[in-house]
Amino acid sequence: MTLNIGPQHPATHGVMRVAVELDGETILRAQPVLGYLHTGMEKQAEYKTYTQSIPMTDRMDYLAPMSNNLAFCLAVEKLLGITPPPRAVHARVMLTEMTRLASHLVWFGTHVMDVGAVTVFFYAFRERERILTLYDEVCGARMTATYFRVGGLAMDLPADFLDRLSAFLDTMPGHLAEYERLVTGNPIWLARTKGVALLSKQDALALGITGPVARGSGVDWDLRRDMPYGGYDEYEFDVPLGTNGDAFDRYLVRFEEMRQSIRICRQAIARLREIGPGDYRLRDYKYVLPPKELVKTSMEALIHHFKIVAHGFFPPAGEAYLGIENPKGELGFYFVSDGSPRPWRMKVRSPSFTNLQAFDPMVRGRLVADLITTIGTLDIVLGEVDR
Amino acid sequence: MIPLTPERIEERLRERFPGVAFRRQSGEAVRDHTLHVPADHLLEVCTFLRDDPELDFAMLSWIAGVDWLPRVPRFEVVYGLLSLSRRVRLTLKVAVGEESPRVPTVTGIWPTADFLERETYDFYGIEFTGHPNLTRILLPEGWVGWPLRKDSPLGYEEVAFTHNTPGRTKPDPGLKKLAPKKVRYRAQ
Repeated sequence: MTLNIGPQHPATHGVMRVAVELDGETILRAQPVLGYLHTGMEKQAEYKTYTQSIPMTDRMDYLAPMSNNLAFCLAVEKLLGITPPPRAVHARVMLTEMTRLASHLVWFGTHVMDVGAVTVFFYAFRERERILTLYDEVCGARMTATYFRVGGLAMDLPADFLDRLSAFLDTMPGHLAEYERLVTGNPIWLARTKGVALLSKQDALALGITGPVARGSGVDWDLRRDMPYGGYDEYEFDVPLGTNGDAFDRYLVRFEEMRQSIRICRQAIARLREIGPGDYRLRDYKYVLPPKELVKTSMEALIHHFKIVAHGFFPPAGEAYLGIENPKGELGFYFVSDGSPRPWRMKVRSPSFTNLQAFDPMVRGRLVADLITTIGTLDIVLGEVDR
Repeated sequence: MIPLTPERIEERLRERFPGVAFRRQSGEAVRDHTLHVPADHLLEVCTFLRDDPELDFAMLSWIAGVDWLPRVPRFEVVYGLLSLSRRVRLTLKVAVGEESPRVPTVTGIWPTADFLERETYDFYGIEFTGHPNLTRILLPEGWVGWPLRKDSPLGYEEVAFTHNTPGRTKPDPGLKKLAPKKVRYRAQ
């Protein structure tokens, strides 16, 4: 029998459709049918200036907007050959780690809810909401941040933000312990996740799986540590690994990653306090908008402002790829520039799209109930799969 | 361990494939190590890159198509390889002509190429010969054309009005308007 699941189904986390071939309740083959959220972002980017494409990246992985902004900006900065000032670098690290925390909280809440425990969802979303409120203070939007710019940040962090963030971070370990008490030893949770959605280390490598899904299978790879970008080489953190490659191990990996994110956030706060107020954007006005006060007082700044807004900046002809460790895996942008202010080609290497290839091997020979667990444990965002 | 430099990678490749013309991409702002490989040697070069213990490019990270219209050859397929043990990336490029855009599939070397090649086929119409299931992946099955080619316009869907849609008629003026629903509020 062939059964169609989705695209409109709460357990598919968006609009994913799966065509499942069944023998009784055993899955013989599962074919993801994609494209329901395809909006042609790569094509649209060729018609926009680099800065105009930043808001699009928020809508890819809408659970981790700042991570997408970071990958985009770092890739363009690599193409231009510029580095933002230290205040921007550490603020970016701090905000992306908050994103990781928020994204993992959504994964945690929905994944546990999918297998039957609804209460935990509300706990996780309570804390996520506080992160979104902090985002709101930073950039005026809860989810579609568009806060990073090529060469730095759109504006400076608000006053007292670091205090409010550290007050929140102080409460977080207690909450995480609370979640663990609720879930980790729960016999139903164990029965639904142990030995389910298995992926071996060899398969993970062959299928190009990255992020917590690969680390749950024991692939010791984290771009933040192994190919550091955007200032991560100055931070101390551990990379948790799983051994069995099942849903439970991935749960443990992501849980530990939340703790590590808190740790990185605290280090970033300390760094930002050390640096104190300063430039949050590069002063290279060929590529970066000059501050508004300067535009009103200086002729050159006004010209630069006008040129960047009207034409966009002109990168050198060439190409660059940069991948970062997004909450889901390796998110990368590949730019081909012909020297004009619009990219000749923008390619998005999205982790959810590639990780979805593990779906079929994970569910083969399992029951339909395990399929729901598998979608949860893969932690895909369909906005990013379809782009 | 000695870090794996671009020169060392090229030296290894030239030792193993003396007859193949590898060309390193040069340019003002080519930020990654990029090698052009002839399409007919792609499979053996990729197999060597994956299996050689010194290079160990165990992961294919991404595949992109690029349309260089009006340049000849028109297309390029770009492969982003990653060596986890050596912490090195390598970009391979294969030139593809416009007449019959065809490249051998690398799904036999890296199974992850399945979705990645389907995506490139979907956007550019480049055929990956030997691919087990080369169908559209993000666009609907019946889609006509290859949207990321440069001669394919950005496009939009026209809003259907009576003046531009033949089958559409103006609403009947005699049609009764629905009266707004009366809502009664409970007394305070």
